[in-house]
Amino acid sequence: MQMKEYKPLIVAFCCNWCSYAGADLAGNNRLNYPAEVKIIRVPCSCRVNPMFILRAFQRGADGVIICGCHPGDCHYTSGNYFTRRRMAALFSMLDFLGIEKERTRVEWVSAAEGAKFAATMNDFVEKVVSLGENKRLEDLRCKR
Amino acid sequence: MQRIGVFVCWCGSNIAGTVDVKAVAEALKSEPGVVFSTEYQYMCSQAGQDLIKDAVKEHNLTGIVVCSCSPRMHEATFRKTAAAAGLNPYMVEIANIREQCSWVHKEMPLGTEKAIILGKAAVAKVNLNAPLTPGQSPVTKRALVIGGGIAGIQTALDIADAGFPVDIVEKKPTIGGKMAQLDKTFPTLDCAACILTPKMVDAAQNENIRIFSYSEVEAVKGFVGNFEVKIKKKARYVDETKCTGCGACIEKCPQKKVPNEFNLGMDNRRAIYIPFAQAVPKVATIDADYCNMLKNGKCGVCTKFCAAGAIDYKQKDEIIEEKYGAIVVATGFEPISMEKFDEFAYSQSKDVITSLEFERLTNAAGPTAGKLLRPSDGKHPHKIVFVQCVGSRCASCAEKGKEYCSKICCMYTAKHAMLTRDKYPDTDVTVFYIDVRTPGKNFDEFQRRAVEEYGVNYVKGMVGKVTPEGDKLIVRGSDLIANKQIKIDADLVVLAAAIEPDKTARPLATMLTASMDTNDFFTEAHPKLRPVESPTAGVFLSGTCQGPKDIPETVSQAGAAASKVIGLLQKDMLLGNPCVASSNQLMCNGCSSCERVCPYGAISYEDKEFPGPNRTVKVRRVATVNPAVCQGCGACTVACPSGAMDLNGFMNSQIMAEVDAICK
Amino acid sequence: MENKYLKDDIIRSSGVNPKKCMKCGKCTATCPSFDEMEYHPHQFVYMVESGDIEPLLESESLYKCLSCFACVDRCPRGVEPAKLVEAVKLSVIRQKNSNRLKADDVVKYLDEDIPQQAIVSAFRKYSK
Repeated sequence: MQMKEYKPLIVAFCCNWCSYAGADLAGNNRLNYPAEVKIIRVPCSCRVNPMFILRAFQRGADGVIICGCHPGDCHYTSGNYFTRRRMAALFSMLDFLGIEKERTRVEWVSAAEGAKFAATMNDFVEKVVSLGENKRLEDLRCKR
Repeated sequence: MQRIGVFVCWCGSNIAGTVDVKAVAEALKSEPGVVFSTEYQYMCSQAGQDLIKDAVKEHNLTGIVVCSCSPRMHEATFRKTAAAAGLNPYMVEIANIREQCSWVHKEMPLGTEKAIILGKAAVAKVNLNAPLTPGQSPVTKRALVIGGGIAGIQTALDIADAGFPVDIVEKKPTIGGKMAQLDKTFPTLDCAACILTPKMVDAAQNENIRIFSYSEVEAVKGFVGNFEVKIKKKARYVDETKCTGCGACIEKCPQKKVPNEFNLGMDNRRAIYIPFAQAVPKVATIDADYCNMLKNGKCGVCTKFCAAGAIDYKQKDEIIEEKYGAIVVATGFEPISMEKFDEFAYSQSKDVITSLEFERLTNAAGPTAGKLLRPSDGKHPHKIVFVQCVGSRCASCAEKGKEYCSKICCMYTAKHAMLTRDKYPDTDVTVFYIDVRTPGKNFDEFQRRAVEEYGVNYVKGMVGKVTPEGDKLIVRGSDLIANKQIKIDADLVVLAAAIEPDKTARPLATMLTASMDTNDFFTEAHPKLRPVESPTAGVFLSGTCQGPKDIPETVSQAGAAASKVIGLLQKDMLLGNPCVASSNQLMCNGCSSCERVCPYGAISYEDKEFPGPNRTVKVRRVATVNPAVCQGCGACTVACPSGAMDLNGFMNSQIMAEVDAICK
Repeated sequence: MENKYLKDDIIRSSGVNPKKCMKCGKCTATCPSFDEMEYHPHQFVYMVESGDIEPLLESESLYKCLSCFACVDRCPRGVEPAKLVEAVKLSVIRQKNSNRLKADDVVKYLDEDIPQQAIVSAFRKYSK
């Protein structure tokens, strides 16, 4: 059997005002992080429906990270507080679904924290790699 | 089905250096919906934009994907291009293959692979895009300035000068703010009152300016161009329209033991008072906490002596409702409390004072008529110690100090020291400093003059303890340059207290949905490029509510805020953001989940008729979103249990499609 | 021990980050042992930070600190100089593997007025 180098698939949801700008800043400063990270822009971290995360795991993602403004700094004043609570609830159920909690994370990255963005992604990818390939979450509604 | 055109930008070598742009364009050709795909060196250039316009016409494109730099950079550019080609501008999506791909990855195959995936995600999203039209809203041509200090006055004057009506809301009985309490101003030493009071009078006489003194903002609703504000005019028990400010009532008021806050409690005032002689409006105010008539109905002396018949004990708080197009926050600062700094004995000795108190002690209109006398015994102090950075740059003591540098203390301490030596050459003046920070025009020269010409003794070190002993204050400090511990028996100790934002700023920020930092300073939309705007549209910042500032800086920021307000108010219509939430009323079950999470109150409910079975009509309670108020955060879309709520431009199906495209 | 390791060791065992110091000198301002000390609290912080630790190891100043913690209390940046002094002192005692105060020596210090607690705390301060 041929051994293939394991490359995780990471989906990152970034809020438009802080984290997406932080990711841009990481780019401006040429701070490297693994290419496995793919960013989806959302207006606010509270736009991230837990369904999106489950969908990503269903489709074979190995890790999902949600980045938002720091608590108190949300462009929409309170959106990231919703995110924090929703994700705490979701993450507590992931184990039940057979997904390690470490495959998901909520991080606060401001528009000024390009270095933090890159460091966070490096750390997260390293963690996910150490966990290995994810079991694909089955779609219970319609087995294909 | 959409007809999508894909345009991959080289960005010179910025993208093409690590991404094989030709391969990306080729790979995206076979994506569903894509009918045209190409690459070009600089998509954002005129030639690049023309290329897009021509392709739209030639291939009848309905959607555009640009693989280029961050949408924060050029999304607006390409939307304009689309609009010029006759497309809806919201049919454009950007795949960020520069900041989030070519610049952060080094290997060509990796970069190319990722760029293709990002492009696929954007194509998948555009497939589900729908044309959006921004709503328009009219602009109320009136501005509100909250705070009547020098920042608020200057902003109001500048806006009024451009011909727009402005209201100033000031919580104190008079405008003027902290600057009215100062004696001289650095670095030119002109007297604060001489330059401030004419501006106060200008504000009062300007026909475009209304001053609501002794008033507070109670509630704010609405959005940029259309704020609805409730202002509480507190009962001052004096009819402002009748009072002439003659002061007869004040002379006769028998309640003489009210601490005078204008002089920071260093002398007393009456229960009916005018804060200072040049107050604007010059109208008396009754302090309800001390007035005998209001407390127990026994007195009424002021009524007897008021020739104008202005006293009205039955006056009630009044709520004024007004509409504004723009709001300027100019709430200013307060010195922090010195109570918790036990080591400086502020609570133990009257002769340990703050710099603002010193300012009153040297002010000709102050409690000592400008003579520098010790508060305890009224004697002239011969040894004065100034301590800088009291509570500033204090990282370990969050409960009593502030981590930031208060910025103004070095200069006003130099001013105090210099003026003291100038007026009383027999006085020894020692200043303990950690660093002297004097960046500003003629600032360092000023501080050096205090040392070289006026003989102020600057000691590099900090005071560790002040102990009252007899009528002296024993000051123990370090002199780091001499590596010595020094002990001074001072007559007066002046603490340069840190400054903090006014306590009313936090609740105000909540009302305005304007963001604040951890120190309660308002945050600006961009720390360098948009320093006078709050991230909340239509809210502007003036003066120390945004960060520590001296008077020249405050005035220039006030002018900048005014020019931003004028720019907004001269527009007749504002284009809104079309990426707002909307509810599918067929699916909505009226549960109110969305209403509860909406930070803007943009969601309301209406009873609507829906066809039921057997030709019946059923009335259901369903959510509607006010698109003018919605800011498009999407909190409601996730809260909605039935999936009825969706966000234009970031629809559930669109984000799902992006997830699918990435995870394929 | 090499200097670099010594510095790291002192910083680790004390839990003090001397980089936080903004050199205001408030620690030294009220140090009651100031006159007794060759090196004062702010100098301890600076010298450890700059790796100039040998003179401290040799200095009598180590044993003059009363551990009154006035410097810790006053420091606006939370540097905690007293902990640093303690850490340097411990590194000397550990390194030499000899206690500053031996039980046999106590006798000559004893007098009627000295509280027993002082002897106990002296052992704590001057011994391993």
